[in-house]
Amino acid sequence: MRYVKPDSFENAAQLLFDSTGITRILAGGTDVLVQMKAEMVEPDLLIDLKHLSGMREITHENGGFRIGAAVSGAELGEHAGVNALWPGVVEGMELIGSTQVQGRATMVGNLCNGSPAADSVPAMVTAGAIARIHGPDGARDIPVYEVPTGPGKTSLARGEFITSIYLPARPENASDAYLRFIPRTEMDIAVSSAAVSLELDSKGICTEAKVAIGAVAPTVRLVDDASAALIGTSLDDDAITKLVAAVEAACSPIDDKRGTIAFRTKTAGVLAKRAAKIAYARAGGTS
Amino acid sequence: MKTNHIQTTINGDVTEFLCNADESLLDVLRDRLGMTGAKEGCGTGDCGACSVTLNGRLVCSCLVLGVETEGAEIQTIEGMANGDNLHTLQRVFLEEAALQCGICTPGILIAAKSLLEKNPNPTDTEVRYWLAGNLCRCTGYDKIIKAVQTAAAEMRGA
Repeated sequence: MRYVKPDSFENAAQLLFDSTGITRILAGGTDVLVQMKAEMVEPDLLIDLKHLSGMREITHENGGFRIGAAVSGAELGEHAGVNALWPGVVEGMELIGSTQVQGRATMVGNLCNGSPAADSVPAMVTAGAIARIHGPDGARDIPVYEVPTGPGKTSLARGEFITSIYLPARPENASDAYLRFIPRTEMDIAVSSAAVSLELDSKGICTEAKVAIGAVAPTVRLVDDASAALIGTSLDDDAITKLVAAVEAACSPIDDKRGTIAFRTKTAGVLAKRAAKIAYARAGGTS
Repeated sequence: MKTNHIQTTINGDVTEFLCNADESLLDVLRDRLGMTGAKEGCGTGDCGACSVTLNGRLVCSCLVLGVETEGAEIQTIEGMANGDNLHTLQRVFLEEAALQCGICTPGILIAAKSLLEKNPNPTDTEVRYWLAGNLCRCTGYDKIIKAVQTAAAEMRGA
């Protein structure tokens, strides 16, 4: 295996594009190194981009935040600005692994690893987060929602890699939340999960809503019917009942040792309900 | 495989080593530098026995490549005592018998030190969450949590 630190994104893209063997991008390494250890993947070329410009920085941009692809969970969790604007995104990222894993793991790595249960992804999706992709043809921006295409798979083309995530600005009276179910309190992979992002008017009526569910389909899933159930309401019982029904209808999970189809579907609905109430309270709503 | 020449700082000492690209920092510490304080429990970032700090950040050294540490500052358990004087955490762990077989202990001490630098007065819950990635199969954790709290109180008073 060759380990390379390219001196620019352009050279990294060229190197990736030209490589004939198995390549991996090294960010935090908390998935790639585990996969190498387990001999699930034996890269011929490992490309480390952490040293390149902006990769380890969180910068204020147009009222939102651009988060470099090598920013660790611990660094994100310590950033007051991102915590205030997108608390659900931060809490999703911070649920991943241990303190030690948080010291290295990154949102972009979590996204590109392609796990349907990736904890940082649902809240990025409800935030409308944008991934900046560099490749042989330069840079392009796409919604985070369009990155994962199936377990372990992404829409990135040959030679492409993500260099940052942009979390947009949001109005007053808006917030988000993320919850997952695991059978213990720490150090586990989501059996099901839900993220909710809300905007409220001055009377506490929901004017915008996004609901995403994780670990209950081959990829994270945005549930438009669940958003529709919340918009125009103050999250009354009727709205919550419709939200839960919409979420359950959107689930198509697998049965495995960590959870049955019925259990995952049921808990996804419960988590969406709870996350919606937390996001509502954070946004300043009272019900 | 090409051998890489790396210069880094370990426990304040400038250190040079050669390593292959796929060698973890843990392998470098143990097999190339003879620093066997960090232990390999799982090798996959689950057990925390290989904990070190990298540029001040608590990490599993099994999930860091040796080649990534060029120019980095690393702290290991070997640098925790000051000569013959044990760090407060080390002494209290002995006094309160917060270990049995001892395999997890270096990682827990490094992790606990990192916690107390960030939060000198943690709650029991905060200690438990911070140490959730440090597995101990002997003690049942209660003595570990208590020892961290005893040391924290002493360090706050000192």
